Amino acid sequence: MSLSVKHLLGIRDLKRQDIETIFQTADQFKEVLQRPIKKVPTLRDTTIVNVFFENSTRTRISFELAEKRLGADVVNFSASGSSVSKGETLIDTVNNILSMKVDMVVMRHSASGAPHFLAKHIDVPIVNAGDGINEHPTQALLDAFSIRERLGGVEGKKVAICGDIMHSRVALSNIYCLRKLGAEVTVVGPPTLIPKHLAAALDVNVTYNLREALEWCDVANVLRIQLERQNTPLFSSLREYSLVYGVNRALLESLNKEIVIMHPGPINRGVELSSDAADSGQSIILQQVENGVAIRMAALYLLSGRGGKKLEA
Amino acid sequence: MKTILSDKQQAITIDRLCHQLIENHFPFDNSVLIGLQPRGIYLSDRIYDNLKKLLPETDIRYGKIDITFYRDDFSQGNTIHVPNETNIDFSIENKRVVLIDDVLYTGRTTRSALDAMLDFGRPSAVELLVLIDRRFSRELPIQADYTGRTIDAFITQKVKVLWKERDGKDEVVLENDAL
Repeated sequence: MSLSVKHLLGIRDLKRQDIETIFQTADQFKEVLQRPIKKVPTLRDTTIVNVFFENSTRTRISFELAEKRLGADVVNFSASGSSVSKGETLIDTVNNILSMKVDMVVMRHSASGAPHFLAKHIDVPIVNAGDGINEHPTQALLDAFSIRERLGGVEGKKVAICGDIMHSRVALSNIYCLRKLGAEVTVVGPPTLIPKHLAAALDVNVTYNLREALEWCDVANVLRIQLERQNTPLFSSLREYSLVYGVNRALLESLNKEIVIMHPGPINRGVELSSDAADSGQSIILQQVENGVAIRMAALYLLSGRGGKKLEA
Repeated sequence: MKTILSDKQQAITIDRLCHQLIENHFPFDNSVLIGLQPRGIYLSDRIYDNLKKLLPETDIRYGKIDITFYRDDFSQGNTIHVPNETNIDFSIENKRVVLIDDVLYTGRTTRSALDAMLDFGRPSAVELLVLIDRRFSRELPIQADYTGRTIDAFITQKVKVLWKERDGKDEVVLENDAL
């Protein structure tokens, strides 16, 4: 049993069975992570490079931990302080790394489609750790895995994705993932931050009213405003955004039920999510981070066998 | 296809293995049983249930271990295996461990199991119990301490252990590979 894809570029390319295989595998890695010795020797002959052209805390540490706990050798690369600033192209950079016998690439890049481009030119499995405003597949997998863990399943659950839908790769990957698993999705945010025709294209509901979305949903996945990707002002001020679209304790308590709060991090406390909501018992934000390591171990494990690194007799 | 053990013989053999375990391990206060996923657990479940019937007063620790992450053929481009549940909710430190699997063939699964088990602590001794031992086909220096039946078979032949819970009947058969 392995995945239907050679690379993990996006949830769009995955089949439902792939996602379920990743979850089943992650369940067992979660057990490994509870042991006194949190490490297995599965990928001890594999070297993985983490190529990060964009800043990251969680994702990068999570990938590195996942790789180390699979017994892989890990090399880290970040664009700042590298030859990228001397004008080296993406393919050259990666091919130079690969010629030092690296077996897998984990890449984050600010350009949408960068890992897809790379996949056409190199031979080893690529895991997309976030590309521009396109996809962040491992985040969506760990989000759905956390929903499954908390609510006992994903099928038929109602998930509201709140905030900057337009610039969020987490939103797009989450929509693909949740829809493939049979959940219902509503996106909510200011009209300027929700792409036109989204409802028809991805079979989701769209609303501009936060309360309406929260009253409908079982789970609210609250996203950060991606100011770094917004070239023109799309709302008047963060303060106004927070007043209309910020999730806080008072709002949650005024709902007719208790919903689960998620956030992919980093949180801008007091903007999209207030501290009294982020740190409450309804929030599974830290469980998401914990599950991230198991999910990434599962993805790396399932892809690693497809590198064609057969030992010839 | 040839029957190696009929359902009756299989039951008698498992009964005998249980009595051998009791002989060596009673009262089991320093011993633990660990079944190997995925196929060994049908045997280990039987043995555990049988021991509970024979010794209703005795507390026996019993867990299951999955060796998927410890296989030595992972880098050979073979099919990737989706792991099964590992469930060992006790310490094996200084315990006498009995590993239980259905068929001992090349010995590679047992080797992986030893590796996997050591991540849970350092046992004082480890024994191996198998229902079928295919001798003359070992690739590693591993032998069983308790054996249900020893058989000689060609590499092209396949030993199939059937369980009522999964296959509808208890039986061990030798199959010639369909060429």
